[in-house]
Amino acid sequence: MKRTTLDLWVGFFVAIGFAALVFLALKVGNLSGNNFVDPYTLKAKFDNIGGLKVRGAVKSSGVVVGRVADIHFDPKTYEAVVTLTVDGRYSFPKDTIAAIYTSGLLGEQYIGLDVGGDEKMLKSGDAFFKTQSAVVLEKMIGQFLFGKAAEGQEKK
Amino acid sequence: MFETILAFFRAIGHQVTAAICRLGRAVRFFLSVFWLSGTAFRRFHLTIREIYFSGVLSLIIILVSGLFVGMVLGLQGYETLQRYGSSEALGVLVSLSLVRELGPVVAGLLFASRAGSAITAEIGLMKATEQLSAMEMMAVNPIARVVAPRFWGGVISMPLLAALFSAMGVFGGWLVGVVMIGVDDGSFWSQMQAAVDFRLDIINGVIKSFVFGVLVSMIAVFEGYDSEPTAEGVSSATTRTVVTSALAILFADFILTALMFRGQ
Amino acid sequence: MKTVSEEILLQIENLQFTYDERPVLQGINMRIPKGRVVAVMGGSGCGKTTLLRLIGGQLRPSSGKLRVGEYDVPNLDVDALYAMRRRMGMLFQFGALFTDMSVFDNVAFPMREHTDLPPEIIRDLVLMKLNAVGLRGAAYLMPSELSGGMARRVALARTIALDPMLIMYDEPFAGLDPISLGVVGQLIRHLNDALGATSIIVTHDVYECLKIVDYVYFVSQGVIVAEGTADEIRASDAPFVKQFVNAEVDGPVPFHYPAMDYRQELLNDHV
Repeated sequence: MKRTTLDLWVGFFVAIGFAALVFLALKVGNLSGNNFVDPYTLKAKFDNIGGLKVRGAVKSSGVVVGRVADIHFDPKTYEAVVTLTVDGRYSFPKDTIAAIYTSGLLGEQYIGLDVGGDEKMLKSGDAFFKTQSAVVLEKMIGQFLFGKAAEGQEKK
Repeated sequence: MFETILAFFRAIGHQVTAAICRLGRAVRFFLSVFWLSGTAFRRFHLTIREIYFSGVLSLIIILVSGLFVGMVLGLQGYETLQRYGSSEALGVLVSLSLVRELGPVVAGLLFASRAGSAITAEIGLMKATEQLSAMEMMAVNPIARVVAPRFWGGVISMPLLAALFSAMGVFGGWLVGVVMIGVDDGSFWSQMQAAVDFRLDIINGVIKSFVFGVLVSMIAVFEGYDSEPTAEGVSSATTRTVVTSALAILFADFILTALMFRGQ
Repeated sequence: MKTVSEEILLQIENLQFTYDERPVLQGINMRIPKGRVVAVMGGSGCGKTTLLRLIGGQLRPSSGKLRVGEYDVPNLDVDALYAMRRRMGMLFQFGALFTDMSVFDNVAFPMREHTDLPPEIIRDLVLMKLNAVGLRGAAYLMPSELSGGMARRVALARTIALDPMLIMYDEPFAGLDPISLGVVGQLIRHLNDALGATSIIVTHDVYECLKIVDYVYFVSQGVIVAEGTADEIRASDAPFVKQFVNAEVDGPVPFHYPAMDYRQELLNDHV
């Protein structure tokens, strides 16, 4: 096997190997995500974060505007404290509500920002004044059953 | 009666000590391969030649298998997902299965069977026909000249082959899902891109394939070098390479998956 | 004109070697002057090949002294060992050619590994070495395309590629046809004289060997049982030598593998 032919084939092999890696990175994965300009942090306290995970999306009007940076438990107030990183291009009013939604029926959970009307904007390090916890399925079913039972009682 | 029991234990003890001796030999061998790898890089054409024999010659089997695995994933995946009305998640299913697991593992197993066994047979035959001895007597260290380039050739080829396998698999899944069955093209790709994370899934997949490459190449090279210099010796060494590599890949896969994907 | 000097190249004193508690060599003594062609003969498994490996430093003796030129072989460090091996050549049984390279590349191998000679000079040297063994026309064949005799000659060309001072031959006559036997024998002698080297041939081909050697050592059961010039050996009365040289069926090396009494064994079957 001549050396030049060998080199040609090996070069070709390495080239398509790298092309496959690039294809996987760009077309299959989301390498081009997460390029926030001047990101700032906001805090949100929840009674129940449900299935929210770190690096989950923060959306407003359905568009990704940030990422969940950190989740931890506050032992003094027994609440979950979520730290968000938000793209610096977007500012939100001080009375914006942070709510935990589910994408799709059984999908991943994300934080949705329901914009308020305040003129003053949230600054880096501020906390949301009102939050809405995740919907827990068992509680929902419990409420439903309780509601049904109450209805039954009333009819009697 | 007592004699047979004693003989039985002696046999077991002998097997265990033999296995430990073998492990010791293997470790010393690997250390000398690393120590003597300078030649494989200074005279890189030696390694390039081995990349050709391990990597390029495995392309056909890797690409074809990747395509078919992807296509089967597409079929089976659609079959199950459409029962829950989630057939748009087909892209997610196919890509995550491939990038996280099937790509590195199946490519690793195929690589071990094709390239690993070939390396073992080659080195074993060189040992049996005294070529390694002749090289030693010509003052050329056979580990530096013959073994190290084959080891590094395997290590370099493996991640590339795994990436190619995964890429072909995604294409196969797309072929079956979108082109043949009719799943929506846009949601196939967009849901996939939303679900597959570069750092978590793709990089971890690459790390896995690199680890598997090291394992398979080490095993292949050692089995060849340590084989009995006879026809039976070489053939049993070749089968040992494939079996041991397969077990090592699956075991390492478990360990790596547990480390990487816990709590995800 | 043969260069015969009394300068001793290879000196072995009371060399012992055991393998897995089995004594292979039990006190070998040899003194080989420069320029000689020496044969080491004996039955299979008597330790002849082990002796070659000890000389080349591939094995370490249990005790005894072994000097090649200025090298004290058993006590060399890796660098010195490799330096010594660059000045030795060894022809392995059946050749041991590198099957993935052409004949040309095989002979060029030692030159490319150990010298910085430019490709043009290497090409000329390789063709010269191949010409010396009569295979210059086969330079671009692959080893699988060669006959046994041709492969052996190519291996010989590779062995002398760097003009070694000591050439060792492990069963060079094994499995060759009569013509190739004659060719190899003549090559061994002529190349030795032309290079001013010293050669050690391990073999049990008595006829070819006695035609070309200066001195013979007979090894049996780990010791040297006889030595002498070719004529002395031919005329020797030592029983082992006589049996070996005349190819007698029975003698010090028995025909029958040790077994119980013949009649006894046959009768036992009927019990």
